[in-house]
Amino acid sequence: MLYREVGQFRTSYAADQAIFPIRQDRIGMLALLLVAYIAVPLVANEYWLSTIFVPFFVFSLAALGLNILTGYAGQLSLGTGGFMAVGAFTAYKLATAFPGLNIVLVFVAAGIVTALVGLLFGIPSLRIKGFYLAVATLAAQFFLIWLFVKVAWFQNYSASGVITAPPRAVFGHFFVTGPEARPAYKYWFTLTFAAVLALAAKNMVRGATGRKWMAIRDMDIAAEIIGIRPLSTKLLAFAVSSFYIGIAGALWAFIYTASVEALAFDIDRSFQILFMIIIGGLGSILGSFLGAAFIILLPIFLNNLPNQLGLHVGVALVTNLQDIIYGALIVFFLIAEPNGLAALWRIGKEKLRLWPFPH
Amino acid sequence: MKLRKLAVGLALTGAIGWATGGGPVFAQNEQFIPRLVYRTGPYAPDGIPFANGYADYLDMINARDGGVNGIKITYEECETGYNNDRGVECYERLKNHPPTGASLVDPLSTGITYALIGRATADKIPVVSMGYGRADASYGPVFRYVFTFPVTYWAGADAIIEYIGSQVGGMDKLKGKKIALVYLNAAYGKEPIPTLKALAARYGYIFTGYAVNSPGIDQQATWLQIHQANPDYVLMWGWGVMNSTAIKDAASVGYPMDHFIGIWWSGDNPDVEPAGMAAKGYKAAEFHGVGANYPVIQDILKYVYDKGHGHGTKSSVGGPLYDRGVINAIYDMAALRTAQKKFGDKPLTGEQVRWGLENLDLTDAQIKALGGEGLVTPIHLSCEDHEGNGNVRISQWDGKTWHMITGWIVPDRTFLREMYKESAMQYAKENNITPVNCAEVHASR
Repeated sequence: MLYREVGQFRTSYAADQAIFPIRQDRIGMLALLLVAYIAVPLVANEYWLSTIFVPFFVFSLAALGLNILTGYAGQLSLGTGGFMAVGAFTAYKLATAFPGLNIVLVFVAAGIVTALVGLLFGIPSLRIKGFYLAVATLAAQFFLIWLFVKVAWFQNYSASGVITAPPRAVFGHFFVTGPEARPAYKYWFTLTFAAVLALAAKNMVRGATGRKWMAIRDMDIAAEIIGIRPLSTKLLAFAVSSFYIGIAGALWAFIYTASVEALAFDIDRSFQILFMIIIGGLGSILGSFLGAAFIILLPIFLNNLPNQLGLHVGVALVTNLQDIIYGALIVFFLIAEPNGLAALWRIGKEKLRLWPFPH
Repeated sequence: MKLRKLAVGLALTGAIGWATGGGPVFAQNEQFIPRLVYRTGPYAPDGIPFANGYADYLDMINARDGGVNGIKITYEECETGYNNDRGVECYERLKNHPPTGASLVDPLSTGITYALIGRATADKIPVVSMGYGRADASYGPVFRYVFTFPVTYWAGADAIIEYIGSQVGGMDKLKGKKIALVYLNAAYGKEPIPTLKALAARYGYIFTGYAVNSPGIDQQATWLQIHQANPDYVLMWGWGVMNSTAIKDAASVGYPMDHFIGIWWSGDNPDVEPAGMAAKGYKAAEFHGVGANYPVIQDILKYVYDKGHGHGTKSSVGGPLYDRGVINAIYDMAALRTAQKKFGDKPLTGEQVRWGLENLDLTDAQIKALGGEGLVTPIHLSCEDHEGNGNVRISQWDGKTWHMITGWIVPDRTFLREMYKESAMQYAKENNITPVNCAEVHASR
């Protein structure tokens, strides 16, 4: 019905290799972007914009970063929280040391610094893989958090180790941090980062770079034999992944909470993002977004549900119920589709394309 | 298939209705208080009594007096789990609650306080961090919407050092003494360190900090280190299960309990009871009275618990944290009354409540009228000073109950206010805040 492709002919290689070869997907994506950019800020209230959508985009970016490393290049990492902290603290140091620097540049620079740190901690991946690499990245996690807690310079010698995002505008009065920042501005700002970086990721993974990553992931020896250099490929994956995660960390600290301590990026954060890509789907851009939605939005939704239904239940009971239902849903979705929510969508789409005669 | 469509449709309409701010209709003669609480997680043992005390007091006021000057007080709890991002979510969820939005917010977490300072200031909602939070926020000209009365952690640290000075026979005898701090490795635990270091420079004691990572159930290595260093006094800034663990571990390395002093958040029954008799002699700083023998607490028992509406069990009423929840509510309501005097007996906005807080002058006579004599300390706030003049007492656990063993210790506020101002001005500089001129504020009244 929706996916009737009759009459869609592709007459050039370019058309065949497009990101969305099917016209319905292109229209759907465009509609989604229009809704996200125009309809949502018009309709949604402040609570939705600043506490539902902003964290969702931030974690989508972080999940995207980890997905590049773990899902595409096959390098298991538990250092995500630490790398987010690098992004956040670099952005803070840059923003306070150079007040004139545009916030977009601050974030990009924070991403680049995180990429360099990621590169450094990616070096062990040349010798070890799998669980052993996970342990090595775990060291990065603990070391980085320890560093930001211990060295007061990173927090500008703040008494309590908390950094507060200074007010900054992208241009004119388009403030994205500080008291003048309007929720809609924050929303557009994070949405743009998420959209642009997702597009870049999509193009990377379907080009030569992504193919190299996937070759390494599927069998590193075979990849080496066909002429892929493990050194540069793996390190590139670490760098790109850390770039994304660093920007996500900076966005989290500046746009969402606006004040953050290093402990906000502890090991739990790393696991949270790892769960996102496992539930969303390893090796899938869409999966990063779906996983982030599941892990971040579902608990908030469950927590709000009794009140929206007009039930008066104690907060302790609601929180416990929320954990129970959330846990049960994780198990349910993993049994229903071990390859993640993105795989569910893929299967659904294939069936829709064959509709009304699915086999 | 139809069912599924129906379900999806329902979910969508629900979500859209929620997103666009649809909801039940509220009576207009109400004043709303958002309650950021934690009744689950590792900090629940301490979060529950505080939340119960606060809620019970509001219920009592509504039942006994029909609200504050005829305005019914409504509240809604939101579980933060002592987690900063959930705290922000809760604040955003409740801040626009009808009819006038949140009157004020009590985050009950230093981390959440930090996260809310900028937001609440922009939203014009006062943050009341009673005995916690950002100490330098006591400097009102910079932190217009933040209140730290009756004592900050810096003042608490100063008072404890004064107490130790009196124990060793004078402040000059502190020279060369070893004082250690065991703290929760979070914004809360780190808050007193600058003061303890500044005082170390002044009095010449040797300060060492021992960080304990959240939630603090593994401290044996820390206590072995402390055992080796053998400090003369150990201070503790702990919370939740960290407190009871620390006291048990201190007992197991044989550290003398009467040289172990906790801050007010480390001095409730759940902190000492798990250690049994080993906790006997443990001390804690306190900025208010403790127990159930106050008219206000008796009224709570009469109007709330005897009617079966209590949030906790009857036996938990009167514990230090329960009382602190009640005291927090008493201060908040006093601010509301102050603001009502200026703006009239109607639901007030956060901005109006802020005025009430800044002009709060809770005298002994008023406290007596409220039934809190001996429980609540008098507070007088001003534009410059959002901390007031609260004092600190040291209490000691005798194995069954807490006893006040000192009179009121007055923190050295001249020294502290200099520190607040210096630190606040640094914050103002980083965040492009122009401090208000308090002389003008006073003149415009």
